Amino acid sequence: MSSDVILQTSNLGKHFKRRWAVRHLDLEIHRGDVFGFLGPNGAGKSTTIRMLLSLIRPTEGDVFLFGHSLRTQRQLALKSVGGIVEKPDFYLYLTAYRNLEVVGALNGGTTKRRIFEVLDLVGLGQRAYDKVKTYSHGMKQRLGIAQALLSDPELVVLDEPTSGLDPQGMKEIRDLILHLSRAQKKTILLSSHLLHEVELVATRMAIINKGELVTQGEVKKLLDEGEKYVLLSGEPKKKLELLLRTQRCVQKVEEQTDGFRLAMEFSDIPQLTRTLVRNNIAVHAIIPRRSLEDYFLSLTENDGKL
Amino acid sequence: MARLLYIELIKTFLKKRTFIGFAIVAVIVPLIEIAMKLEGGRFLQATTRSLQQDFFLVGNLFNAWLVSYNMMNSLWVHIPLLISFVAGDMLAGEATAGTYRLILIRPVSRTRILLAKYAATVFYTILFVFFLGALSIGLALPLLGRGDLIVFQHGILILPESDVAWRFLVAYLLAAWMMLTIASLAFFFSSFVENAIGPIVGTMGVLIVSFVIMSIPVELFESMRPYLFMYYTNIWQKVFHDPVPWETLWKDAAVLGAYSLAFLGAAWGIFVRKDILS
Repeated sequence: MSSDVILQTSNLGKHFKRRWAVRHLDLEIHRGDVFGFLGPNGAGKSTTIRMLLSLIRPTEGDVFLFGHSLRTQRQLALKSVGGIVEKPDFYLYLTAYRNLEVVGALNGGTTKRRIFEVLDLVGLGQRAYDKVKTYSHGMKQRLGIAQALLSDPELVVLDEPTSGLDPQGMKEIRDLILHLSRAQKKTILLSSHLLHEVELVATRMAIINKGELVTQGEVKKLLDEGEKYVLLSGEPKKKLELLLRTQRCVQKVEEQTDGFRLAMEFSDIPQLTRTLVRNNIAVHAIIPRRSLEDYFLSLTENDGKL
Repeated sequence: MARLLYIELIKTFLKKRTFIGFAIVAVIVPLIEIAMKLEGGRFLQATTRSLQQDFFLVGNLFNAWLVSYNMMNSLWVHIPLLISFVAGDMLAGEATAGTYRLILIRPVSRTRILLAKYAATVFYTILFVFFLGALSIGLALPLLGRGDLIVFQHGILILPESDVAWRFLVAYLLAAWMMLTIASLAFFFSSFVENAIGPIVGTMGVLIVSFVIMSIPVELFESMRPYLFMYYTNIWQKVFHDPVPWETLWKDAAVLGAYSLAFLGAAWGIFVRKDILS
């Protein structure tokens, strides 16, 4: 294992009663990555995350964190890892400060100063002595991130951290992830069922479906490889088709029920739009699409999610 | 380990559920003792009516020691229920609250977490039993006065007052030891369920079945009794025998200890292998 690879799974698998929830999973996360871990609901993301954090014992394979096997060197392996698994649950009858004190003790000890550092980082410093039962879902989510950061870990595992948040809350968490990655040089494993979310923050990603790895690599590379096309609809349809067929930037035009599918570079979209408008075409929609996106959509029955 | 125990104690003693037992005892014990103060003389008279025909009983036999002794007898059925509230919540409570996901991803072994939780259970159990003892005797002494202790066990035994205090201390120590076995049983049930009600029901179920087996005089049941830990739970009563059967008492204590260890071992076996799906 290269020293740059801080998390590696080797033939990881988990069998529950009659089915494999995860199987033959080989992941690699490099130092400094914001690693998006994508998959539809039930794909095996949570089972994988739970195996990575030793909540679930793998049926086969192993997880290596910083070169240490989770099976044989659990404590060493988890020493530089912080995480939040699914929805953030805390001791509701304790204050945020006390909750972090509990987490700190399990990490081998912490200080009041460090507790306030992480609470301030997530904007909860003023509410440190309030019981967690008085917190909103968004505040609990932020407290979840605070506890994940308490031991100043090198790898932060965030399982669906924006789940259940409003758009503003989602943006705040995204900004926090980018801050952790850029300013604090953390390596982040971000599990999500939203391609868009991963695309906004991740440098590398893996896609899992039905418990098996579909692909992994750099986000840009994965999104760029394969076919790229543009879906276009407008009126009048005949005139639009004729115009499209004469454009040099459009390599191929295919008629579809609600418009045209164009083989072309995304960078030529503004120029094409100008040409269409100049020729009095009423453009209803121009949607740049990539085959990977199509694949995501097919996994989620076109609901826009993985 | 001390740090882990500290956080377990914080978690336990900042929880309202922990104080339910203390609150109930704090209400029931004064209530019984005040009732005894008002009507207790009649209780002793009724109990010793047949003796009064042959013996002349002198001194204050209806006193703090007698009431405290009877209190121990009457409350042992209920104390296990109150103890299982807390012991049964130790692990299952984490599953219910979803906080296993918070604590079991840390670089500390599950064995140490389990031992810290068990130590907190032991601390609570001992504290609770001694709270009962301290309240029961502490309140009865000024309220009912001192005197010799009259004990009804296979006949009548009158223990002089100078010989009573140490017996209560040892009896409460043994009672705490016995309660630890029951707490360990609840702790064991707590290791494999996701809801704190389960361990309470499970523990009480075991106690009820054991009581039934122990109270029905059938040969089959009699042969089963030595294998039930409940068979040894009258251990504290033996301290009030004269002479104290120390050998039997240590043997019984060892059996109860073995049961506690077995329950703890079984809980450990489940807990370290448990997949956290909640």
